[in-house]
Amino acid sequence: MELLVLLVTPVMLLGAWISGGMLERRHLKSLLLLESGSSGVLAITIEDLPPDWHVESCELVMGNVVISQDYFKRVAASIKSIFGGNIGVLEPLLERARREALIRMKGVAHARGYDTIINVRIETATLASSRGNGKGTAGVEILAFGTAISLSNGRGAKV
Amino acid sequence: MIISNTQEIPGKTIVEFFGLVSGSTVRAKHIGQDIMASLKNVVGGELTGYTELLSEARGEAIRRMSHQAEDVGANAIVNVRFATSSVAQGAAELFAYGTAVTVE
Repeated sequence: MELLVLLVTPVMLLGAWISGGMLERRHLKSLLLLESGSSGVLAITIEDLPPDWHVESCELVMGNVVISQDYFKRVAASIKSIFGGNIGVLEPLLERARREALIRMKGVAHARGYDTIINVRIETATLASSRGNGKGTAGVEILAFGTAISLSNGRGAKV
Repeated sequence: MIISNTQEIPGKTIVEFFGLVSGSTVRAKHIGQDIMASLKNVVGGELTGYTELLSEARGEAIRRMSHQAEDVGANAIVNVRFATSSVAQGAAELFAYGTAVTVE
């Protein structure tokens, strides 16, 4: 049994390292593609509009994503956290998730015919794992939401 | 029902306040999807099952909040906020709340 654990753990680590890195690069590539063509929706965190913006209609829009870290990086992070300081391996994951959530929110707004989202908020929540003693997390959810508005006179050159 | 997370509904004025309205739902994924998610946890990346679960659940919380606002006679909800908490292993509570108002 112990031998099995000794064998399986390095294999899992190696597998997670390779596939995790591959998935991350693929995701970053797709994010760049989606962001470059990101439908021209403007997302702003303020809610007070310039007085010459005449809002026709508005609607709450949101985008969410649940993302998890690969096994290799989880182990790397737990080792790193003994010494404290900046845990670099965890940063790309959350950054990717936020970008993805924002893209999804903009996508929803665009599909419904809006071109501006005001009062954008981004929230993070960790989900408890259903396995083991509940100490591990099943994933991290990022939610981006805001109020999509359409302007009767168009956003035009004001931005 | 107009729902917004801004203090006021853009382009409209609030004429009446009805107070706080809220909606919540607790959801868990069935065991099969949980196992899939735990496998996905090894390689990392998006847990699509959970993404869908949470977005459906949040939709349900918003619907319940809207029903409550309709019941008191409001036509809009402003300043909507969301809260997520893991109440038990594998289950999450999605909570949406806001202020029911009448706008013109």
